[in-house]
Amino acid sequence: MQPFRVHSGIVAPLDRANVDTDAIIPKQFLKSIKRSGFGPNLFDEWRYLDHGEPGMDHTKRPHNPQFVLNDPRYARASILLARRNFGCGSSREHAPWALADFGFRALIAPSYADIFHNNCYKNGLLPIVLPESQVDRLFADTYAFPGFQLTIDLERQVVATVDGALAFGFDVEPFRKHCLLNGLDDIGLTLQHADTIQEFEAKRLAEQPWLV
Amino acid sequence: MARTLYDKLWDSHVVREEADGTALLYIDRHLVHEVTSPQAYEGLALAGRKPWRVSSVVATADHNTPTKDWHRGIEDPISRMQVETLDQNIRAHGAKAYFPFLHKHQGIVHVIGPEQGATLPGMTVVCGDSHTSTHGAFAALAFGIGTSEVEHVLATQCLIMKKAKSMLIRVDGRLPAGVTAKDLVLAIIGRIGTAGGTGHAIEFAGEAIRALSMEGRMTVCNMAIEAGARAGMVAADQRTIDYVKGRPFAPTGAMWDRAVAHWRTLVSDDGARYDTTHVFAAAAVRPQVTWGTSPEMVAAIDERVPDPDRERDATRREGIARALAYMGLTPNTPMTDIRIDKVFIGSCTNSRIEDLRQAAAVVRGRRVAGSVKLALVVPGSGLVKAQAEAEGLDRVFRDAGFEWREPGCSMCLAMNDDRLAPGERCASTSNRNFEGRQGAGGRTHLVSPAMAAAAAVAGHFVDVRRLY
Ligand code: SF4
Repeated sequence: MQPFRVHSGIVAPLDRANVDTDAIIPKQFLKSIKRSGFGPNLFDEWRYLDHGEPGMDHTKRPHNPQFVLNDPRYARASILLARRNFGCGSSREHAPWALADFGFRALIAPSYADIFHNNCYKNGLLPIVLPESQVDRLFADTYAFPGFQLTIDLERQVVATVDGALAFGFDVEPFRKHCLLNGLDDIGLTLQHADTIQEFEAKRLAEQPWLV
Repeated sequence: MARTLYDKLWDSHVVREEADGTALLYIDRHLVHEVTSPQAYEGLALAGRKPWRVSSVVATADHNTPTKDWHRGIEDPISRMQVETLDQNIRAHGAKAYFPFLHKHQGIVHVIGPEQGATLPGMTVVCGDSHTSTHGAFAALAFGIGTSEVEHVLATQCLIMKKAKSMLIRVDGRLPAGVTAKDLVLAIIGRIGTAGGTGHAIEFAGEAIRALSMEGRMTVCNMAIEAGARAGMVAADQRTIDYVKGRPFAPTGAMWDRAVAHWRTLVSDDGARYDTTHVFAAAAVRPQVTWGTSPEMVAAIDERVPDPDRERDATRREGIARALAYMGLTPNTPMTDIRIDKVFIGSCTNSRIEDLRQAAAVVRGRRVAGSVKLALVVPGSGLVKAQAEAEGLDRVFRDAGFEWREPGCSMCLAMNDDRLAPGERCASTSNRNFEGRQGAGGRTHLVSPAMAAAAAVAGHFVDVRRLY
């Protein structure tokens, strides 16, 4: 996993609540057996005017000019600003895969659905939670200043404008922060406790043999 | 100290815990399907790892499989490749049980788990699918996980987790006649919202929940995720134990008695504390129909489509307006004036035998309205289908003009050929009415099986209680 330490980037505003993972990556693209290549189909139904299917050449498809990520201002965005309950619905990890593949490194929203939130960390994508009022402020600034950028410092747990005039602290669980800062594979970390797991398992299956 | 059911399930699975509360949680049952597992098996192979305990894995192919013309196989080559990849992965690594495409016990993963006795009280049950919460109906701790976590469970039999907050949803009294578990859970989501349960594990309790069949409890727990909670659960009682008895993977003989003695402890202690409590009166619940693009956008059948102008909160107002535009609905329209094009009875929410019986009871002796282009019944599993056929329900549906299909997820998410065309409006017993969920541009109204059947017959939504 790619480590996340300090990241500066352009912010794209996705101004709607309850954006679900079906919208982030529609189901027809879930037929892939790979982890990569989902970026061109991120928000497919909103981004294109035609109906997308796997295998289509996305460079030839008509873009929806109304959709925010098609605005040249946000073409190179790497931080997505969103509203509450972002990523609700299906557990598909294809959603963070698509966001990361598109080029996003971090998200900022007042809240996320639990499974999606979890899935982000596993893919080096930092889902930052800020209070509604601060998110409102960032939406206003993003609209007001073309090329609006933020710098995210995970070590210090701060989101700030590039000139430092505006800075907000955020929370992150210590274990997740540690994994993200160092790009650690958590399976490897868990397997360091293989003996403890084995002991636990042996005892559990002896006491409740119907679980085998 | 008095403990909740969730406390008990959590405590009994903690392998180790860090000072900050991050725990390694042991997983008893791992359900696997074709869409969210290929990348996990690939990751395992790339790292040179092996599954930790193959006997924990129960697998099936359900999301991509067609629901008709099974003799023709899976015609979509990309879907076929995904299903074949699952075949190969199970062949290479093994499983306790595998119900591949065409197997007579194949079906939706959340239907076959309980039906096979692969889901047992007291277990931790995970699956790379958000509706894993369904299995909580058995006093199990069951929740959906992403593909990285699927790989993590395969490799270590554990998950790294923090304990969620606990929520009690207590439903007092009895549901009125003609009002089902689906109406209850939609009404609950309508009140607490789709993020109401975020960060929580919900226990559903109270007289109305106790009175529900296991099928009904599964319907309620299934939609806990639509209320934002990863896990929903119901305490064990005699009904739980009766359902499990005699299932293929349930214990037998002396082991059964030991298991039952343990399962009887899977209830919240008197005086146990919850972080959040909501109380509902069952008697007030009416048949529900969603009008928007989120399960919380729901109304009772005798209400009207809401008017965004009467909403004060700006984000909500815009949300309502956008949903109505997508759904092609005018504010203040009576719900009973909404005409439908298609009907879908199926999905892990409502495709069990009781659901089909409830729908058939409404349909019996009636015809699907001429204006309805397609009415589908998709049983949740091969066993449900066989049972329904033994009871003659397939005839009831067919005689009325429904299509009777092979089991699978089908039009719940429209990964196969069963889908809505743009602009088509569907009465659906599934769990998500998101934009495009049942096909790009399709419009989904979530309802109970009885309400879907009633809508099929009338051609528009109607209070099913008038048809009995
Ligand atoms: S029936 Fe629908 S919700 Fe249930 S597992 Fe299948 S796709 Fe998911």
